[in-house]
Amino acid sequence: MDKESRGKILEVEKVSMVFGGLMALINIHFNAKEGMVKAIIGPNGAGKTTLFNIITGTFSPTEGVVRFRGKPIQKLKAHEIAELGISRTFQTIELFGNMTVLENVMVGCHTRTRSSFIASGLRLPHDKHKEEQIRAKAMEILEFVGLAEKFSESADSLPLGGRKMLEIGRALATEPTLLCLDEPAAGLNETETEKASSLINAIKEKGITVLLVEHDMKVVMNISDEIMALNYGEKIAEGLSEEIQNNPKVIEAYLGSSEEDRA
Amino acid sequence: MLRIRKLPIIIFALFIIVFPLVSRLIPAIQNYPDLMIFAGIYSLITIGLSLLMGYAGQISLGQAAFYGIGAYVSAILTATYGLNPWFCMVIGMIVAAIVAVLVGVPSLKLKGHYLAMATLAFGIIVFIIFNEEVEWTGGPDGMSGIPGLSLFGFAFDSVEKYYYLVWFFVFSVFVFTINVIQSRTGRALRAIHSSEAASSAMGINVSRFKVVVFVYSAILASLAGSLYAYYLNFINPSTFDLFFSIKLLIMIALGGMHDIWGAIIGAFLITFLSFEWLHFFEEFEVIVYGVILLLVIIFLPQGMVGIPKILKGLFNKKVSNG
Repeated sequence: MDKESRGKILEVEKVSMVFGGLMALINIHFNAKEGMVKAIIGPNGAGKTTLFNIITGTFSPTEGVVRFRGKPIQKLKAHEIAELGISRTFQTIELFGNMTVLENVMVGCHTRTRSSFIASGLRLPHDKHKEEQIRAKAMEILEFVGLAEKFSESADSLPLGGRKMLEIGRALATEPTLLCLDEPAAGLNETETEKASSLINAIKEKGITVLLVEHDMKVVMNISDEIMALNYGEKIAEGLSEEIQNNPKVIEAYLGSSEEDRA
Repeated sequence: MLRIRKLPIIIFALFIIVFPLVSRLIPAIQNYPDLMIFAGIYSLITIGLSLLMGYAGQISLGQAAFYGIGAYVSAILTATYGLNPWFCMVIGMIVAAIVAVLVGVPSLKLKGHYLAMATLAFGIIVFIIFNEEVEWTGGPDGMSGIPGLSLFGFAFDSVEKYYYLVWFFVFSVFVFTINVIQSRTGRALRAIHSSEAASSAMGINVSRFKVVVFVYSAILASLAGSLYAYYLNFINPSTFDLFFSIKLLIMIALGGMHDIWGAIIGAFLITFLSFEWLHFFEEFEVIVYGVILLLVIIFLPQGMVGIPKILKGLFNKKVSNG
């Protein structure tokens, strides 16, 4: 890790993403410091989720570099990036609906455990022992996100708030150092939103860096240290939370502007 | 939690052990152990296919090809080159595994219909090879002179002895597969079936797992093929045609795709239907299979293993209605 990278867990340099003729992201440049909560805001279609998909390896960017702990990762596959320590949740919840709450989290433990097809088939003792460890660890995480009592229920049977929490728990099971949360509070009621906020704070206290895409500005202001604002695939502002709140460009992007202004 | 209970397995094992002793006494079912050898051989294939389709969610219309590879490798190496049958059985499994890697790596990147098409084409190509490479395979006339199996001087030369041998393999594979399903690997497979995006975000190497399961299913099909060849001592290509691949799909659809028991139940039902109960339909057999498949998909989407659940639902309804 060179000097410049120190303290920065994630560096995104000149990243552009083109889908056919659509410029989803244009020359994005930003970084996230270790241990902070950084929010990415912007209207629908601004490119927030695309940025997440690039960081977590769903797509490779058309141009640019993404560095994680100083190491370029833009060419790596999603599962390799997960192994390095970046985990995510999905805007449209992607739980394993055919499995129980506990099993969902156990799948999250996948990268941190090893077992071969043959060893599991023969049920070798060390494999059995590992299963118990995974189960214990998954229960601990369920405790942390407040779903321990529902461990045996099917993931699909949880209410929306529970499913969002379970997605976070499953992501935590991969033992990430960078956690990307895509709209964790979307569709939640006030108590659930409160719960989500305090959970994200607790995650931050564990020393995990959080990248947060969120529309609920109250949540964003409450828990993020820094904010970056996107609009039409371009970065329009970046800075401390208080600064961004009053940035005229950001306000314009959210509230819209008349045709004359744009021209 | 996905727990597969042990008791039914033990009961089933006891049934398999005792059955030949009972059937000997009843003339009407005296030939059933012979049929159950085939049911066992098919079960080996459907267990692999169930893991591939029901758990990992990947379709294969080319399983008959791997079945044929096992049979032909064993047949050629024993009948033509006089090698040890057990050794040839292992070679067959290795060949099937290599072919599965070569076919699986590119084709498992495809989804849905395209994967079905790719495996279908593979099955047809292999079938053509069995027919055309006359020098090796004997062409459409098939191959005879395949030896039987024996171990330390004990020959599996009667129906009963072979029955126990085949079912020993089936149970070993069944238990092995159940262990896999209940392990980290099985969880990863079910995760892939549910959401590939989330699976890879959890660090699961989706394409690798798909190939591993595909290879496993190919190895089992090859094992089944070898057992088939050593049992009948004669093979010809028509056993390994496209219709057999489809029949295998019907087996797991009928038995139930999402439950490993479905593989065995389906193999049993189709074996008895085709050898015993549907004989009088003759060439219309195919149509009967079509009707069965249609009825199952419409009325029993979970297959035969879903029946207890449906009955339970009906019963509960009755009770609550008064």
